Amino acid sequence: MPATVEHVAAKPATVMRARVRATDLGARGEPMLWLFGGTLALGIAMIVGFLLLVLWNGLTTFYPKPIALVTLKNGAVLAGEPARTERYRLGAEQLAALADADRRNVAANDGFAARTLYRVGNYDFYNEDFRWVSEFDVAKIEWPSGFFFVERLEWGPLIGKIKSVDLAGETLVGERIDMARLTAAHGTARARWERVREIDHNEIGATNYYLNQERLKLRRVSLRDGEASAAYAAAKAAHDRRTEQLKAEYETLAAEAQAIKAEDAKDRITMLEASGEERTFRLSEFVRFHPANDLTLAGKLAVYLSRWWEFLTGSPREANTEGGVWPAIFGTFAMTLLMVVVVAPFGVVTALYLREYARQGRLVSIVRISVNNLAGVPSIVYGVFGLGFFAYIVGGTIDELFHPERLPNPTFGTGGLLWASLTLAILTVPVVIVATEEALSAVPRSMREGSLACGASKWQTIRRIVLPRAMPGIMTGLILAMARGAGEVAPLMLVGVVKLAPELPIDRFFPYLHLERSFMHLGFHIFDVGFQSRNSEAGKPMVFVTTLLLIALIALMNASAIVIRNRLKRNFVGSQF
Amino acid sequence: MATALKLQPSEATVYHVRNGSDGANFRISEFSLWYGVKQALFDNSLDIQKGLVTALIGPSGCGKSTLLRCMNRMNDLIDGVRVSGRMTLDGQDIYGRGIDVIALRKRMGMVFQKPNPFPMSVYDNVVYPLRVDGVRDRASLDEACERALKGAALWEEVKDRLRENALGMSGGQQQRLCIARAIAADPEVLLMDEPCSALDPIATSKIEELIDGLKGRYTIIVVTHNMQQAARISDNTAFMYLGRLIEYGDTDSIFTNPHLERTQDYVTGRFG
Repeated sequence: MPATVEHVAAKPATVMRARVRATDLGARGEPMLWLFGGTLALGIAMIVGFLLLVLWNGLTTFYPKPIALVTLKNGAVLAGEPARTERYRLGAEQLAALADADRRNVAANDGFAARTLYRVGNYDFYNEDFRWVSEFDVAKIEWPSGFFFVERLEWGPLIGKIKSVDLAGETLVGERIDMARLTAAHGTARARWERVREIDHNEIGATNYYLNQERLKLRRVSLRDGEASAAYAAAKAAHDRRTEQLKAEYETLAAEAQAIKAEDAKDRITMLEASGEERTFRLSEFVRFHPANDLTLAGKLAVYLSRWWEFLTGSPREANTEGGVWPAIFGTFAMTLLMVVVVAPFGVVTALYLREYARQGRLVSIVRISVNNLAGVPSIVYGVFGLGFFAYIVGGTIDELFHPERLPNPTFGTGGLLWASLTLAILTVPVVIVATEEALSAVPRSMREGSLACGASKWQTIRRIVLPRAMPGIMTGLILAMARGAGEVAPLMLVGVVKLAPELPIDRFFPYLHLERSFMHLGFHIFDVGFQSRNSEAGKPMVFVTTLLLIALIALMNASAIVIRNRLKRNFVGSQF
Repeated sequence: MATALKLQPSEATVYHVRNGSDGANFRISEFSLWYGVKQALFDNSLDIQKGLVTALIGPSGCGKSTLLRCMNRMNDLIDGVRVSGRMTLDGQDIYGRGIDVIALRKRMGMVFQKPNPFPMSVYDNVVYPLRVDGVRDRASLDEACERALKGAALWEEVKDRLRENALGMSGGQQQRLCIARAIAADPEVLLMDEPCSALDPIATSKIEELIDGLKGRYTIIVVTHNMQQAARISDNTAFMYLGRLIEYGDTDSIFTNPHLERTQDYVTGRFG
């Protein structure tokens, strides 16, 4: 049929070419490639930017900054760490109050002026921690030596010069202040303070604990046998005897603490703030002090590391804006671990039944869909459920059955570590179930058949072949669950996380691990420091540091789980034989 | 060609079996199987001679693998499978009520199309059937491992590497390992489902030698696609087509002088 061929060939060449090019572009998928690549780049930029922001702010917070001595045009003086600088628009009244030259400057800048936020500290002097200073108010800025940045137990930081030091009756002034001697004396003062704290918290705490135990023991007897019984009389006698003894112990301890405090009061230091006001403190009130503008690099690093050490191992002070977060680190870690311990067997066993034993029908499909949907329920709903079911119903019943002597004070009948872990376990169990099911279904059929053909029962096949083979996938599910659980805050606020927990959930009293206690959590700590504290400006750096720490903690837990998973995986790939 | 595709229900199986010295121990009579509503096997009857190698041949989808997997009730794993007819091993009804499937499977070893060693060491693979049987004694496990690996002609290659992961072996070694695993617990019957289809010619010839060596000790049933292989290794051959057993007889006659034209067409490569 040559005619047709000629006809096609006779078509205008330009039309053909245009058509070819149009399909070519679509076929190559170039625009899609740019879209996908661009979206990926945007996502990576956001993640990297976020990490860099947290990393930079978190890592620099504890680095000592220099102290500026600012003299204002009206003669006032202030000393502080410059925190940040910004431009702001002046109001009409402020403009009117300005000198002519300044007003012209502001007008030239479209009505804007620069101002700097100084951390002046000395809350007990000024009733503020931070002060804005407009650039046009400043007469001069110096960076003088001799100014100290002092972290205190109370009232936040102090910035000032040392006027005089009283060491056990001897007074040193001005040139005669020997820094080495002062540092040594400060060390002893801090050791004394630690000792007082030890007595207050641990030893008197223990005495109080035993006193309370005695009281509860007596109450248990009275609830069981009534107050008229012989058993009660015997218990009462024992209780009185023991109480006497404990009270005597308490008196001794209190006297010892009193003596140390009296000794402590002899070491005093008088500080002079920038404008000359002076105040005297006990040396032990100072946690750490350094001459900010006279530090060498090594000195700065020492301060930096010492602050990190306190942050990681200490307890919080000053409404959580200072001191350490050790209780929160411990709480986060313990809760996550406990959650994994609960969620792993539950999730895996459920998935095993759904995938291996249950007859695959409509019921199983419905269950599977429900489980998937559970993963999407807002976490606060789980918090409400945890509070209502675990704390009030389960915990309340436990209290009635096992701790009637403590009522009406709840033991398990309120939020605590155990209930928080269980709530999070429910929250994360769908993730584990879904991941485990997928891992189980990915085990090749040939493996199961091989095992069954060897005469293994179904359970033997699951235990020896299917589960080991699915373990890496199950671990992936647990890692995801852990990451989700450790980062969750909202439900925890209802079921046991508190702003400041008086005790860790672990101590030296039987049963050592107190799952009923409320605890602290890094996620909640971030919220509390950033948004609930007296001084949000002072809390801001702490938010970054705590965020960094939370991310690091989760990364650490995930990394260890990934290491375990990869070790398991190694068995399933062909190695060099 | 056209006539080959049509199968009359009235066509009867032709038997001319070579009998072994011990007679038949595996008897299948009027065995049918349905996957849901689709029937896959139609009234197959054959007696498998003890100690001989029986090959099942036929085009893809003819039901030979299905029949083999029925012998140790591997098809139980598939939902919606229904069977009728009888299968007996030494007089015991395989589909009888109250039969212990696990004990039954222990009497038969099975080798699959693709080597499926477990992700564990060579040693653990071989002694797996004994372990699931509850054998803990180290010495008897060692002894069984060595015997099975020697039986599978693998001992010389792996005796120094028993603790290494089996997944690191070559495909042929893996398949011989699976054979060692299948004979480790000393079964009576060895079921092989296209054991060489995933292997290269050298590995294939090793497996074939092995099957020849195992003949006599075990009753071996091999499903194969490869007619030369069936001709080389088997004593009896069963030709199946569309779920029916067409001809079952001694291998030499099936390949040189089949009684039915349909068999002739298949073994000479005219269809299938």
